[in-house]
Amino acid sequence: MNSFKKNLLKKRYNAERRFQWYGKIAIGLALSFLAVFMFQIFSKGYSAFQKTWIVTEVHYDKELLLIDAESPSKDDLENADYYDVAYKAMTSLDPGLPEEEDRQLIQMVSYKYEAEVKDLLLKNPDYLGKIVPIKLTASDDVDQVHKGNYPRDIPEENRRVNDYQLQIYDMLNERGDILSEFNISFFTSPDSREAELAGIASSFMGTVFSILVCLAFSFPVAVLAAIYLEEFAPKNKFTDFIEVNINNLAAVPSIVFGLLGLGVLLAVFNLPRSTPLVGGITLSLMTLPTIIIAARASLKAVPPSIREAALAMGASNMQTTMHHTVPLSMPGTLSGTIIGLAQALGETAPLILIGMVAFVNTIPGTPVDPAASLPVQIYIWSESAERGFVEKVSACIMVLLAFLILMNLAAQIVRHKFEKKWS
Amino acid sequence: MSKIKAENVNVYYGSKQALFDISIDIAEKEVTALIGPSGCGKSTFLRCLNRMNDVIEICRVEGSIKMDNLELNSRKLDVVRLRENVGMVFQKPNPFPKTIYENVAYGPTIHGIAQSKEEMDQIVETSLKKAALWNEVKDRLDEIGTGLSGGQQQRLCIARAISVSPEVILMDEPCSALDPIATAQIEELIDDLKKEVTIVIVTHSMSQAARVSQKTGFFHLGKLIEFGPTDKIFKNPDNQQTQDYITGRFG
Repeated sequence: MNSFKKNLLKKRYNAERRFQWYGKIAIGLALSFLAVFMFQIFSKGYSAFQKTWIVTEVHYDKELLLIDAESPSKDDLENADYYDVAYKAMTSLDPGLPEEEDRQLIQMVSYKYEAEVKDLLLKNPDYLGKIVPIKLTASDDVDQVHKGNYPRDIPEENRRVNDYQLQIYDMLNERGDILSEFNISFFTSPDSREAELAGIASSFMGTVFSILVCLAFSFPVAVLAAIYLEEFAPKNKFTDFIEVNINNLAAVPSIVFGLLGLGVLLAVFNLPRSTPLVGGITLSLMTLPTIIIAARASLKAVPPSIREAALAMGASNMQTTMHHTVPLSMPGTLSGTIIGLAQALGETAPLILIGMVAFVNTIPGTPVDPAASLPVQIYIWSESAERGFVEKVSACIMVLLAFLILMNLAAQIVRHKFEKKWS
Repeated sequence: MSKIKAENVNVYYGSKQALFDISIDIAEKEVTALIGPSGCGKSTFLRCLNRMNDVIEICRVEGSIKMDNLELNSRKLDVVRLRENVGMVFQKPNPFPKTIYENVAYGPTIHGIAQSKEEMDQIVETSLKKAALWNEVKDRLDEIGTGLSGGQQQRLCIARAISVSPEVILMDEPCSALDPIATAQIEELIDDLKKEVTIVIVTHSMSQAARVSQKTGFFHLGKLIEFGPTDKIFKNPDNQQTQDYITGRFG
């Protein structure tokens, strides 16, 4: 071998080695971005799954409750006045505090503390007249202090928790009267202006309903359109034109679909505002082209020999399509559908336009009840100033990601099942 | 007795003419072989007999093809009924990606031939037996048809074709993807089948045509050059081109 040839050979090997390195670097970069992103979210968000409680004692004093009856009925308990009892439960933490300063103690628990005092008695009517320990939801500021997210070294006037409150907190903490438990209410309560009470139930259900509506509208329409275009429609200029338009539709920015939903669904058809029904239909406009394109591609991938076999057996066009082509294309179509739905799942802009950004503090039971959605919830909370919402944003992102992973997993399982049967 | 009578058949793909004035008589319960070099139009002609050319949008067929006095090249013809009577086996085995049982039962199901499950079982068994596949698959009828070997797959396709008891079976180079042993099995099968059905087979292999057929037609450049008893075509053809082709001087 002469030296020229040897050099050439060496160059070729070097080129390949270099190329492989470029690829490895690219993958490494992508993975490290992902890792940073995940770390950021998890390190900020995990604490949202813990809820802080303040334990104190409550005396269900009949006189203060303004209950006259000897053995009060459920209604009597329901209609009793809990203000004083609840107030005393909090102020008893520091009996020496002058009355005009009592707000400082009250502010350490959520504004719903009176309702919590009431709920405990309604659940245990025999507590009447007794002194019992009670868990009250700590305010978001105390919650943040407890989680160590609130620096103590900033000047008192810039702090939402003042020195006196910190002193009480430290005392309670030493006594073990600050509890930290799994935050069930994050999953079961709707949104709230107070970070300690805010949950994702409303937005989660909103997302579930939106996705279901989106699937119900887009899947049948898209699959029928794809089957007709691929298997039955004549190939001419008009169908070419339709194809170009479908591809264009897939590239339209989502906010435009939001405007369409606003202008047509709300203004013309008068569908109820802020509801998953409208959100789902708007999202289905976005999902439609994605599913059509995926379904057509997988129909095209079915070998023509299968069609010929069926036709030669005397199957009609319809039978050939329904018995053979469509079932064979289903795995591809389904994965396309999942990709489309996953896109829709994270979509925010069109939902904001049709009003799903409204503050909703009820949990929707049907697709026509007002609701938010997870990505919009993230957006709403990220706009909030309180420190308590920071961890909520990350936690909500975690729930959204988990939702996505579950969906993809389900898609994989469905796909696998189909493919086993058909290949 | 003539089963299929084609007269002056011309086929066009767009503006290109693929077949020129083909007239041919296909006899009942015989094997008719169509031979010729690649692109000579023999497959195109075969696909006229069960209207498979309908699938190709630019394809246009002119002339008359009669099967038992029924005009095949007519818009009014119900192709579904035609294909029930005229089965087809393709070059590449193309069983459905379903179970062996479902493959054979598909035709009888869509044409409503079997009234009950027992009857269907019977049809599947008979068809597989006729296709000489029963003994190999009787214990695994619920396995996927595409998991069989190439030769078995092709016999499965033949079983599928005969499951609806067609009068004619068209075979488009059925052995070209198979090894010699599988080919021999298929040829034996063709010999058996001709007692009951009329078979038209397109083949590249002249020896195969000589072995299995009673009549042979030689196509060249879209024209039917010579048609006659297989013995005569191979031993004493009238036409010089036929002579050249079968002796391997071209094609």
